[in-house]
Amino acid sequence: MNQVELLINQFLEEARNPKQTVTNVMVSTGKKAFGCFPIYVPEEIIYAAGVLPVGMWGGQTQGSKVNAYIQSFCCSIMRANMEQGMAGTYDFLDGIIIPTFCDTMKAILANWPVAVPHVKVIPFVYPQNRTSEYSAQFLISQFRNFQSNLENLLSKKISEADIENSFLTYEKYRVAMREFVELVNYYPKTLNPKIRHMIIKASNFNDKAVYTKRLRHLMESIKEMPQERVHGPKVVITGLMAEPEQFLDLFTENGYTFVADDLAHESRQFRTRARSEGTAIEKMAYRIIDLRGCPFFYEENKSRGTLLKTLAKKYNADAVVVCMFKFCDPEEFDYPVYKNELDKDGINILYLEIEQQMDSVAQLRTRIQSFSEMIMNEIN
Amino acid sequence: MSETNLTSKELLSQLLQAHYAEAIAAKAEGKPVVWSTSIAPQELLEAMDLTVVYPENHAAAIGARKDAPQFISNAESEGYSVDICSYARVNMGYANLQFSEAENIPMPDLIYCCSNICCTVIKWYENIAKKFNIPLIMLDAPFNPSYEVAEDNVIFVEGQLKDAIAKLEDFTGRKMDYDRLKEVMEISNETATWWKKATDLAVNVPSPLNGFDMFNYMATIVCLRGRKTGTQLFKLWYEELKEKADGSIGPWKDSAEEKYRIIWDGIACWPYLGPTYKILKKNGVNMVTSTYPESWTILYEPGDLRDMARAYDSIYTQRNIDYAADRLLNLATTFQIDGVLFHSNRSCKGMDFKQFEIQRRLTRELGIPSVIFDGDQTDPNIFSEAQYETRVQALVEMMAENKKKKGEKI
Repeated sequence: MNQVELLINQFLEEARNPKQTVTNVMVSTGKKAFGCFPIYVPEEIIYAAGVLPVGMWGGQTQGSKVNAYIQSFCCSIMRANMEQGMAGTYDFLDGIIIPTFCDTMKAILANWPVAVPHVKVIPFVYPQNRTSEYSAQFLISQFRNFQSNLENLLSKKISEADIENSFLTYEKYRVAMREFVELVNYYPKTLNPKIRHMIIKASNFNDKAVYTKRLRHLMESIKEMPQERVHGPKVVITGLMAEPEQFLDLFTENGYTFVADDLAHESRQFRTRARSEGTAIEKMAYRIIDLRGCPFFYEENKSRGTLLKTLAKKYNADAVVVCMFKFCDPEEFDYPVYKNELDKDGINILYLEIEQQMDSVAQLRTRIQSFSEMIMNEIN
Repeated sequence: MSETNLTSKELLSQLLQAHYAEAIAAKAEGKPVVWSTSIAPQELLEAMDLTVVYPENHAAAIGARKDAPQFISNAESEGYSVDICSYARVNMGYANLQFSEAENIPMPDLIYCCSNICCTVIKWYENIAKKFNIPLIMLDAPFNPSYEVAEDNVIFVEGQLKDAIAKLEDFTGRKMDYDRLKEVMEISNETATWWKKATDLAVNVPSPLNGFDMFNYMATIVCLRGRKTGTQLFKLWYEELKEKADGSIGPWKDSAEEKYRIIWDGIACWPYLGPTYKILKKNGVNMVTSTYPESWTILYEPGDLRDMARAYDSIYTQRNIDYAADRLLNLATTFQIDGVLFHSNRSCKGMDFKQFEIQRRLTRELGIPSVIFDGDQTDPNIFSEAQYETRVQALVEMMAENKKKKGEKI
């Protein structure tokens, strides 16, 4: 096994075993851990407290305790988090943060303290209207409230210098991530859809400073290799997230390259650059204010269609793949709008409805395969 | 009785007809039309003398008159998921087809959206604004995770109210008349007060109010809260109900006896108003109140924008579960409730996903029985009359058992 394979395998191992990974990081860094619900949370403040932020994006679950709290027509990530919480998976966390981006998340926040009382939750409210001059001020006040709640929970003060340093660590991480998703275009075989996703996913369970260093090491090692080409569709992938793993295998098997993504779980986390002026807290607020094309915020004139068209054009993509998480209202509302815009520009769309707890991906296999054939026939 | 000798029901019908007719006439005259969410600060629009219609009201009217399927199917053919709010699907479809046998509204020139009722309206109205390429005024009333309304939230809403005034001035080319705004605020408070006074008369046993009438009057508290005609309507309704209450007259014209008093949790099943009502009445069950009509009891100090901001961010959909549960439990006690019927409304995830926990608290703290049935506010494909009837019967059995234990007559 060569150096690149070794480094990649380590990320794969971590993405497949979140709990073990977090436990290892806690041991090696001596840090406590704090859970972060999707979509965005002020991780920088948690990290500044010397605590490890851990991404909580669901996963495969057994059991059905969640049915005592939430009906079946609910986002599978939220149901999975509740199920895992009740099964004790998160007992090792010092607390969690739940933001209220949609009606479902508000309800999850309502149920969590009853269903999982031993894992303390700090709520977080983002402004969904970011067009007002009062929006940034409101968001900053929420960051400060969260900081204060976290300090109380951890019995520890967080200094401004700690927040500034933490923000710098996160900025370095975000720069590295932006470079990483670009690199996929030159090494689509090594960084196939599954590996690309798993490497990004592993960041949720690692200390960001260490992760960034390791990712840079991997990227440098990859760059020493000759550039690669694969025969298959080049696509921009959009949606909440692209999972489970066997779903991504289908793309890899059929030679797809994810030339760019617009996934909440991936690029939306790091694609927006921070402003150069202001304190770390202000920069954090304005990164959210400046974020475009995300359905979890109100956006005047909805730019997501334009964003997808721009990405498709920039990376010469053959199509846009839509990963529609069933029961995700914000994503479901966006789809008809950007679909219309992509259709007008003649951009192919592959629409796939997915859930985290899919028993089988057999049906999707045929669709992903035949779409690939159609695209390749068009090209040839 | 009013001076015109109209009953409140007749006045309600006249006012609603006039509301829709005036909007269509305004559009024909080239005046701008605003589409607004149902519990938005309509005071600003009314004070600017703008013509406003409410898509949620319209979707409910279309649903009640069984015309929803064509619009739902049109929206779904455009790519809207079957899982999203059916009011939104009806409205998206209507924005394409622009005609219903049930009721019609003119197309919008401005969108006015307040997120205090749900996050769903943000996406829905954002899409409508994009579709028609028209401006949207967004009032984000943030969720309150703590029991009390957060001061940060109030300041943020107040700021956005100021933004909204500036945007409305831009849109109309006219300055806001603050005296007129204060007057509209006074009217709105008065209308809301009469709305509450009328619906509160259902605390009487028997209740003079049949709760399904409350569903009917709701359309006007949405669209006439800022108008004197709204005040008149609810005052008249109050007087009629008061007269009935004083004479110990129950909810139904045919003198059927109110045996059980229940709360209906959630929005009505508009396409099945008849069956949902009749099955209850057949069993002597009167829905005396519901969880959300109180949302229009928006009271604040007229002239005080901050207090108004607080009122709009205080409605129960933006409050935490302890507040929501306490509110239901208070209603149950105040209205001497025997049971609760929870509508697991496929369109309203925000309300649905809290029902199981609220149901547990209701049982634990008050020992009041309840059942949950599946339905939808406008999509006729979710509700099953057989399931509803079985659940209602189960509720009646539990309520009868409770009464027996207490030695009350059944």
